[in-house]
Amino acid sequence: MRFALSAEQAQFRDLVRDLLAAECPAQVVRAGWAGEPAAVGRVWTMLAELGVTGLLVAAQDGGLALDEVYLVPVLTEVGYAGLPGPLVETVTGAALGAALPAGALDAVLAGTGRIAVDEDDDGLVAHGVGATVLLRGGWAGGTPVRVVSTVDLEPVAAVDRTRALARYRSDGTPVDLPVAVFWQRGVLGTSAALTGLARRLLDLTVDYVTQREQFGVPIGSFQAVKHQLAELALAIELASPAVLRAAHSLATGDPAAATHVSMAKVLAGQAAARAATTSIQCHGAMGYTEESDVHLFAKRALALAGAWGPTGWHRRAVAADLTPGKES
Amino acid sequence: MSYSPEERRFRDQARSWLADNVPARPLPSGDTREGFAAHVEWERRLFDAGWSVVSWPRAYGGREASLWEWLIFEEEYHRAGAPARVTQNGIFLLAPTLFEFGTPDQQDRYLPAMAAAEQLWCQGWSEPGAGSDLAAITSRAVRDEAAGGWRLSGQKTWTTRGAFCTHLFGLFRTDQEQSRHRGLTYFLVPLDAQGVTVNGFTRLDGDEGFADVFLDEVFVPDEDVLGGVGNGWRVAMATTGSERGLSLRSPGRFLATAERLVALSVERTGAVTEDVAQAWMDAQAYQLMTLSQVTGLADGGELGAASSLSKLCWSELDVRLHESAAGLLGAEAEVAGPWSKGLLFALGGRIYAGTNEIQRNIVAERLLGLPRR
Repeated sequence: MRFALSAEQAQFRDLVRDLLAAECPAQVVRAGWAGEPAAVGRVWTMLAELGVTGLLVAAQDGGLALDEVYLVPVLTEVGYAGLPGPLVETVTGAALGAALPAGALDAVLAGTGRIAVDEDDDGLVAHGVGATVLLRGGWAGGTPVRVVSTVDLEPVAAVDRTRALARYRSDGTPVDLPVAVFWQRGVLGTSAALTGLARRLLDLTVDYVTQREQFGVPIGSFQAVKHQLAELALAIELASPAVLRAAHSLATGDPAAATHVSMAKVLAGQAAARAATTSIQCHGAMGYTEESDVHLFAKRALALAGAWGPTGWHRRAVAADLTPGKES
Repeated sequence: MSYSPEERRFRDQARSWLADNVPARPLPSGDTREGFAAHVEWERRLFDAGWSVVSWPRAYGGREASLWEWLIFEEEYHRAGAPARVTQNGIFLLAPTLFEFGTPDQQDRYLPAMAAAEQLWCQGWSEPGAGSDLAAITSRAVRDEAAGGWRLSGQKTWTTRGAFCTHLFGLFRTDQEQSRHRGLTYFLVPLDAQGVTVNGFTRLDGDEGFADVFLDEVFVPDEDVLGGVGNGWRVAMATTGSERGLSLRSPGRFLATAERLVALSVERTGAVTEDVAQAWMDAQAYQLMTLSQVTGLADGGELGAASSLSKLCWSELDVRLHESAAGLLGAEAEVAGPWSKGLLFALGGRIYAGTNEIQRNIVAERLLGLPRR
C-alpha cells in the first residue's frame, strides 16, 4: 500500500503550480472580474502547452491520455490559484473528443476553447459568456448530454463575476457519450478545485492574522482565532485524501466510485464553505471589503460548493448507496 | 493505492483467527475488576496465537508486521467486535517509548512480559494540579545515593485502570531547582512497591476505570529510569505522539462503529439517514487521512504535530458517531447500553491525551505557524 501521488504525478502538479504562481497572482484573478483579460488567456494557453486541457484526451486525438489521479492535483492547484474560467468543465468535456462539434477539440487543446456545462439542465450556465461549446444535461449521470448553440445568451449577474453566468434557450442536440463518467469527472474536478480554494483561503488568513495587530499583539496569537483556523486546517486535511481516493476509484473502475466521488464533493464542499466564512471572519472588517483578496476566493468557493450537486444532494446520494438493496 | 497480495493474505489470516476466537458474547467491561480479569485472559489468548503485538519484533512476541499490516489488523480486530485492549497503555504508549529510549536490559525485562499481559501498565502523568498543563507536575523524586536509586513521592490521578494494573510509568521532578519542562525524569514503577497506595474511583461512564495513585517515598532503582535523568519531558513527548495519533485510536475502531451505526439506521428507519451518511463519511475520511500520513512515515517522514490533527479528528468523530446513534434511538437513548455508554466514553476522548483545546493550539502554532502568546 502506498497512498500518495507517484513521482510523475507530483512532478506534473509541480509544473502547473509553478506556472500558476508566476502567471496567475491574485491581481490576475481580480482582473478576471471585468471579462477575460489577456493575462488569463495567456495562462490558459500556457496550461494547454503543458497538456492540461487535453489531460484526459486520447493520444490519437492529440491528448495526454492520463487519468483522474493526474487530474486531481492539477485542478487543486488551479483552484488554489483561482484561475478564472471553466477549466474543470473544459478538461472534462474535452475527453468527449469526437463527440464535440468540429474544431472544438483543437481549440481546447490550443487553450483557446472554453467548454461550459449546464449540468443541472436549468438554462442557467456558468461561463456561458465566452464559451466555445455549451453542453447541457448529464445530471447524476442519468440524463443525456446535449450540445447547445451558444447564440442567444443573456448574461446574468453573479456574486463571483469571473463566473460569467448566462441564461440561454435551446434544447440542443444529444451526443452519444458515457454520461456517468462525464458527471463523475465534473463532480471530482470541482471537488479538487474546492480543496485548492480552501487551502488558499487558509494561507491568506494565516498571513493576515500573523501580521494584523490588536491589543498590541498579532490577532493570530488569540486562541479564539487559532481554534477556528485549526478546525479549518483539519477539514482540509480530511477532504484532500478523500478527493484523491475518489480519483483513484474512478481511474481504476472501482464499483464504489460513485459513492467515493459524492463523498469527495461533500467533504471538499464543507471544507471550502468553512474556509470562506472563517477567512472572512478572521479578516475582521477587511474581510467585509472587496479591497482584500479574500473575497475573490471566498466567493468562488461558495459558488463551486453549489455547483455539480451541492453538499446535501451528494450526502443523500451516499446515504442511498449505503442503504442495502437501494441504489442511488 | 491498493493493498498488495501479501497484505491481503495478512488480512485473511487475521480475519479468520478472529472469527474463530473472538468471544461470542461481549466480555464485561474491562474497566471493572471482574471484567478486567476476563480481558487479561483474552490478552493471553491473543499473545499465545501471536496477535497481541503484531508490529513488534519476533523476539518480544510480535510478528514484525509493517505499519500497513498493523492498520489492517486493527481494522479486522474492531470489525470482529473483539474485546477492548486493557493492555493498551503498555503496548501502545509505553512500548514505543521503550523501543526508542529503553536500555537493552529494560527492553528484555519489560517488553515480553507486557506482550504476554503478565505486567499491566498504567500511565502516571496527570496530577490534581497538572492536567492540560502537564509541566506543572509537583510529584518529586529525591536521590537515595546509598541505595542507588530514587525515592518518589506525590499524587497521580485520573489513572486509567490504575486499580487493576501492576506497573506505572510516570513523570517525576528530580531537580527541585528546575521548573516546568526541565528537571523531570521518566520512571518505571511497580505498584506493589512499598509506599504505593492506589484508590479506584468512578468515571463518567459509571465504571471504576480511574484511580488515584499516592506515592510515599517509593524506592525506584537507577535501572528503572527511562531515557536518562532530567530527560523526562522529551521522553514523555514521544509517548504523547503515540497517544494522540496512530497507535491508540486507529481508524479501524471508528470504521467499525460507523458500520454498526449504518446497521442501526437501517434497523430503525429502513434506510441510511443523511446524518448517518455524514458520520460514515467522516470515519472514512479519518482512515484516508491516516493512510496518507502512514505513507509519509513509510517514506521516512515524521508525524510530529500532525498527531494533533489525528487526535482532534478521532475524538470529535467518536462523539458524532454516538450522537447520531442517540438521534436514531430517540427516547431509548437513555437506556444504559453500548451506545449510551459509548457516548459518555467519547466525551472523555475530547479530554484525555491532551484536551482538544490544547490540540487546536498545537495545530495552529506548529502546523500553521501562528504566534504563541
